[in-house]
Amino acid sequence: MTTVEKQLLASPRNYRYIFILTIVILLLFGWSLTAASFKDVNQSGLDIAGNIVKGLVNPDLELLFNVSKQSVLYLLVQTAAIAFLGTIVGAILSVPLAFLAASNIVPKPIAWLTRLLLIFIRTIPALVYGLMFIRVAGPGPFAGVLTIGITSIGMLSKLYVDAIEELDKGVLESMTSIGCTTFEKIRYGIFPQLLSIFLSVTIYRFDMNMREASILGLVGAGGIGAPLIFAMNAYKWDQVGSILIGLVVLILLIEWLSNKLRAKLVKG
Amino acid sequence: MYDKLFPPKKVLLPNGKIVQEKRSRVPLIVLILAAATVVSVEFTNFSLKVLAQRIHEFFGMVGDMIPPKWSYFPAMWDALAATIQMSLLGSMIGALLAVPFAVLASSNVIRNKFVVAVFKIILSLLRTLPSLVTALIATFVFGLGPTAGVIAILLFTLSYVGKLLYEQIENVDMGAFEAMESAGMTRIQAFRYAILPQVLPSYLSSSLFCFEGNVRYAAILGYVGAGGIGLLISENLGWRDYPRIGMIILSLVVTVYVIETVSEHFRKKLI
Repeated sequence: MTTVEKQLLASPRNYRYIFILTIVILLLFGWSLTAASFKDVNQSGLDIAGNIVKGLVNPDLELLFNVSKQSVLYLLVQTAAIAFLGTIVGAILSVPLAFLAASNIVPKPIAWLTRLLLIFIRTIPALVYGLMFIRVAGPGPFAGVLTIGITSIGMLSKLYVDAIEELDKGVLESMTSIGCTTFEKIRYGIFPQLLSIFLSVTIYRFDMNMREASILGLVGAGGIGAPLIFAMNAYKWDQVGSILIGLVVLILLIEWLSNKLRAKLVKG
Repeated sequence: MYDKLFPPKKVLLPNGKIVQEKRSRVPLIVLILAAATVVSVEFTNFSLKVLAQRIHEFFGMVGDMIPPKWSYFPAMWDALAATIQMSLLGSMIGALLAVPFAVLASSNVIRNKFVVAVFKIILSLLRTLPSLVTALIATFVFGLGPTAGVIAILLFTLSYVGKLLYEQIENVDMGAFEAMESAGMTRIQAFRYAILPQVLPSYLSSSLFCFEGNVRYAAILGYVGAGGIGLLISENLGWRDYPRIGMIILSLVVTVYVIETVSEHFRKKLI
């Protein structure tokens, strides 16, 4: 036996661990299999799938390009507006929460409590907020903005907290030693360190919010979701096709823009 | 362009040299953002006045959720279990399907540029569609029930894990792969022994991460009839039975927290 082979055999092997893990995963798989059944798939389902494809290939061009308040173009701009304003609302709300949750800024118990609050805010599904805000602001895009705002808080503050906790304290100490005031320390010591990360995170969240905003219409909170579900329930597949095409193009466009901007921010 | 409109400021240094300082872009960016905000406010009827007047309604609803109605838990257990099952099954199958898709979409393994482009486009199109929209379409094709939810989660996982995986594969060190090919292995063998070990930990880690998120997404899919707890949420919100909603949210938070903790434990182990 050569040295190489001996080394190879000497490497730790946790077969039992892997075996138990595999069994657990297989059991979980078997358990979750009971959720799905394919006996409901019948001819009509396949027909609908065919019709959707047909609708995507022959979209309702009239709906896609005219400029009334029902057109896809108008609704897409509205969806983008909901996402944009919601992101701004969310970012404004997240900054104080993030500072309250950063364990190097505030005492531990306060940071812990804020984090617990953030976990709750993050886990409540967007549609629940949507339905609740409709009771506050009435059905329409305004409720959508509030929903997007509050659902953004979870992720934004979590990533903001990470940035705050990685602040370089050395800069602040050296500024104290040359006699800077608190305001100057914040302006020249903290602000430049955080700004580009905060902006980059916020732009990324805007990109995600486009997707969120496009489904809020399903509960009546404005945007393109409502016409989509109406068109589907009415089996108007050409309209479904044009809405989906518009949505995909817009989301891809914003994703591309967000990637560009963030790459620029990272490079400085 | 911007530099031509606002020429750079010239600064004369003490040693006689002239350096140019580019004008700050900040005013332009602030202007664009302000304009976009005004337009968005116009489009969405955003009004701080309404918000200030009516926001107490929201906190009233939140207040009604506390304390949650504990006795409701047995009745919602089935739906909660279905939600977990949906996300588990969808994530597992999706993550498995992501492997062939990712391999076919990585340009260093597949030499045919056309195939690579097609699979990359498929993955990015799938990723663009919000999962609720996919679920909605799936309810039409597969009927109402958890199956539609599984399909929606499967497609989302496929696109997400697939994208991360092909980026990983494209960035691996190809030296080992080439060495094995030159030693006479087939491309498949070389892939198995040179690339797979490099990408496996991050593949498992991103699948777990995706599963964490999917539990949260699965909770809303019921709203369009795709099974799980979303149906109960929308029913109870319709009846304004807030203590029950509170119970649902509490159990969701606990479930998500437990799953996140377990998955984080394994992800830390992988890296």
